[in-house]
Amino acid sequence: MEKKVDQKQNFLKGIIKENPVFVMLLGMCPTLGVTSSAFNGLGMGIATLFVLLMSNMVVSLVKSQIPAKVRIPAFIIIIASFVTIVEMVLEAFIPFLYEQLGIFIPLIVVNCLILGRAESFASKNNFLSSIYDALGMGIGFVIALTALGATREILGNGSIFEMKFVAENANTFILFILPPGAFIALAYLTVLFNKISIKSTS
Amino acid sequence: MKKKPSTFLNMLITLFVITVIAGLSLGFINELTLEPKAKAKLAKKTKALQLVLPEFNNNPVREVLKIKSDLAKDSVEIYTAKFDQKIKGTAVVGSTEKGFSGLIKIMVGFKPDGGINNIVVLEQKETPGLGTKMKEEAFINQYRDKNPGTSNLKTSKDGGEIDALTGATITTRAFSDAVEMAYQVYSDNINAEKDE
Repeated sequence: MEKKVDQKQNFLKGIIKENPVFVMLLGMCPTLGVTSSAFNGLGMGIATLFVLLMSNMVVSLVKSQIPAKVRIPAFIIIIASFVTIVEMVLEAFIPFLYEQLGIFIPLIVVNCLILGRAESFASKNNFLSSIYDALGMGIGFVIALTALGATREILGNGSIFEMKFVAENANTFILFILPPGAFIALAYLTVLFNKISIKSTS
Repeated sequence: MKKKPSTFLNMLITLFVITVIAGLSLGFINELTLEPKAKAKLAKKTKALQLVLPEFNNNPVREVLKIKSDLAKDSVEIYTAKFDQKIKGTAVVGSTEKGFSGLIKIMVGFKPDGGINNIVVLEQKETPGLGTKMKEEAFINQYRDKNPGTSNLKTSKDGGEIDALTGATITTRAFSDAVEMAYQVYSDNINAEKDE
């Protein structure tokens, strides 16, 4: 019984209490770079979720076989392999998304969220816990990126998931589509998220 | 759960085994996705050709003409559309590095008289919501039925006939640049064929 509560905790903490973007501020490069539309945020989130899940699984399985001194290069090789697989699969089967995400797919390798979870969680916990941890963190990341992308798209382009709800020539806050808008939107969303989550826990 | 000690031999063997497994699995996946990747590329090209050219019943992809040009880094691809052996139009892949974020690649379809039939954007990295509006109908429509040989396809700021996209003048200039480059290659090619 106690074990089950533990797994639920492993899963849920990534979504709210330790949300990788809004609370831990990890993986800022893709967070700021690709979230110019809700669809891009979602696609990047799901690609990262997949890599995180696979790397957490593999790391938790081989952890006892890896000498401590070379664990970081070993983790990076594992992560880089899965990122390359994601890149090849996307190019072959979802070319549209592959073009949109572009350079940010190879950059998943250096997303500190993934290495962070491998190092601080998967290398210390068992297989099942690592899956729950990866799913929770990954979904937290997807939610954060989609929310940020949606905010920027709504304000900057007057659309959501490419469905326009303002007139064709309406003036929108173009700033939010441009890089500075990413920082502004992220800051306000972080404040909002933390206000809500603090209220709900206290 | 005892960790392996970090002896030199252990480290060497571990990293070796991991890299071998990673290399093998990557090779395997690469092999697996090679065909779908090529297929996806071809499907994209065929779709673009159908959009920029009038109706055709030959296979322009198979009859592609690749010529070297000083205007582009790689060779420029020229596709000829025929309907019952009669030339209906020509599609040229125009490119420029002058976009706001680098390379812009477009496919321009010319009618036999040199007028632009349609344009499709193949590759771009422009700012979403600003430069990406070059894909929209209202913008591309400005180029239709114009002959780059007789019309000035520069932006109105530069004395031409094209209204620049709001907040994306650089993108618009680059786009016009790519169109003119495609036309240059197209007309050079026609003149070369006449000479033969």
